Amino acid sequence: MNLHEFQAKHLFSDYGIPIPRGFVVRSSSEARQAASRLGGSVWVVKAQVHAGGRGKAGGVKLVKSADEAQEYTDSLLGGRLVTHQTDEAGQPIHAVMVEEGLDIQRELYLGALVDRASKRVVFMASAAGGMDIEEVAANEPEKIVTVGVHPAAGLQPYQCRRVGFALGLDKAQVGQLTKIMRGLYRLFIDKDLSLIEINPLIVTGDDSLLALDAKINIDDNAIEVGRQPQLADMRDLTQEDETEVKAAEHNLNYITLDGNIGCMVNGAGLAMATMDVIKLHGGEPANFLDVGGGTTTERVTEAFKLILSSDSVQGILVNIFGGIVRCDMIAEGIISAVKEVGVDVPVVVRLEGTNVEQGKKLLAESGMDLIAADDLADAAAKVVTAVSNAA
Amino acid sequence: MSILVDKNTKVIVQGFTGKQGTFHAQQAIAYGTQVVGGVTPGRAGETHLERPVFNTVHDAVVATGADASMIYVPAAFAADAILEAADAGIGVIACITEGIPVLDMLHVKEALKSTGARLIGPNCPGVITPDECKIGIMPGHIHQAGRIGIVSRSGTLTYEAVKQTTDAGLGQSTCVGIGGDPIQGLSFVECLELFQADPRTEGVVMVGEIGGTAEEEAAEYIQAHVTKPVVAYIAGVTAPPGKRMGHAGAIISGGKGTAEDKFAALDRAGVATVRSPTEIGARMKELVG
Repeated sequence: MNLHEFQAKHLFSDYGIPIPRGFVVRSSSEARQAASRLGGSVWVVKAQVHAGGRGKAGGVKLVKSADEAQEYTDSLLGGRLVTHQTDEAGQPIHAVMVEEGLDIQRELYLGALVDRASKRVVFMASAAGGMDIEEVAANEPEKIVTVGVHPAAGLQPYQCRRVGFALGLDKAQVGQLTKIMRGLYRLFIDKDLSLIEINPLIVTGDDSLLALDAKINIDDNAIEVGRQPQLADMRDLTQEDETEVKAAEHNLNYITLDGNIGCMVNGAGLAMATMDVIKLHGGEPANFLDVGGGTTTERVTEAFKLILSSDSVQGILVNIFGGIVRCDMIAEGIISAVKEVGVDVPVVVRLEGTNVEQGKKLLAESGMDLIAADDLADAAAKVVTAVSNAA
Repeated sequence: MSILVDKNTKVIVQGFTGKQGTFHAQQAIAYGTQVVGGVTPGRAGETHLERPVFNTVHDAVVATGADASMIYVPAAFAADAILEAADAGIGVIACITEGIPVLDMLHVKEALKSTGARLIGPNCPGVITPDECKIGIMPGHIHQAGRIGIVSRSGTLTYEAVKQTTDAGLGQSTCVGIGGDPIQGLSFVECLELFQADPRTEGVVMVGEIGGTAEEEAAEYIQAHVTKPVVAYIAGVTAPPGKRMGHAGAIISGGKGTAEDKFAALDRAGVATVRSPTEIGARMKELVG
């Protein structure tokens, strides 16, 4: 789960990490008031969406009057922001931050994440702030300094000093950085985060370090087990894919893709493999969909509805390897789903595993126009053929 | 021979009296696994599935001599259950539970270093040595005792590999589902090491997926240490970057962890890669005859 910049900055504040003064506003008149209250002669207006690349996309603007702050906020609110990280529809803008303008001397990068290779929370920092860190990592890896935190010992001051001096900070600035990093680490652990990024972390003309931007991802598992209720309340569903949210409500794992062949599979690995085999046979999958282990008739029905909610779907491949789930139960689910939803595209079904014969028999006797397949390769070939014939 | 578990393995079930624990314990018993009891705090002295229930894993180990555990407790309590098993001296811990918070697993991994326990999972189907011992949620009937070791990050995709090696008449020595989480117990490398040393295993099927670098590490290990034929498949060639494909660990981030990178590393290491999971069985048959 992701947070908005303003939510992340609230958390930063709680953990003693300095941020620019600013306000979250939801109307253009509030933006004008915010600028007046902040004072000064320069402000930054920032669209609040769950996506990076806002600056280049026109979602961040330096303004020089309260009028301009109001006008620019008005132009953003209610609209959608398209960045290189969003799809072409972009993300809706329901809130805007108005912050004080600052005298920026240096832009640094500071981030922390769970590193699966070292099995540690790892801090990464770079003197090349403001830039895409992935590009820096790819082209100039020597410019990134990393330190891994021992889970029992926690983040040590020497590790912060190492990062600070590597970034070319002076002693007083390293002291500020240490405070920031230790705050970030406490925040990371307390709130079950999977990623924090400050890009840029700035050094101002009066030698202060501040988090100019803030990005936070939270471990979904921690939300799911219910131990981060405060963060769960911060979720903004308008920033998420509608179909994916609906799928999650039914305990289905669904991701929209660009193709025209809908997939319904049990198990994440098998679902990915099914997509790959469709592609190998010249087709394009329309979605990733894992119906999970404990599938019921209702969930199969919901899965069909989700797949068919996309206009681009011209054929469906059902691939079930029944382990604990029985194929006859899945067959009943498919039959009732097809009856209830009214499927008008070809459906290829491949069943394997527990009670497969009973399952196949039920499908054959249902009188429905289902195409039976013997194995995964056969199923993929059949669905690709059916879709190209129908087109 | 086999790896990790065999007919002498004595298994307890943590979360024994719950719905999942009960169902899968029944299945394991029906398969012939030596399930010697289970743990549900506060239920000591009861009998469940004709086996004793204990309050703690320590009590269960003292009373039954158990050396393996399968865990079905909810995600919020699973890290505690794993560490309890390790502390009680359990050697093989299969944690089936999915959805354990990542930071919990960081601590578990660190703490397990000072014990002799081997953790399988979490978020995995478990481990099975066909006809001897089934610890987990896999359907027993698709397996056949034989000579191929299988190690996989996926559940149902493992069953594909199992069925194909069964259909090809090869059978399996042991199948290990190492799980779909970013921080896990046994790795590909550790399983490959065990299979290489196991006289009954003549070839190894490795099923990977996008995300992380475990397959690349396995490729290096295979090149240096594995003389047995290895067939590998990686799921997720068509997966878009930045999207978590069901498993928490299956995500391409920062341009790293793509299926193509993994295939390339395995190809370089001389592994017999297959681009379709439907070719696993036939490819292995070609290699081991």
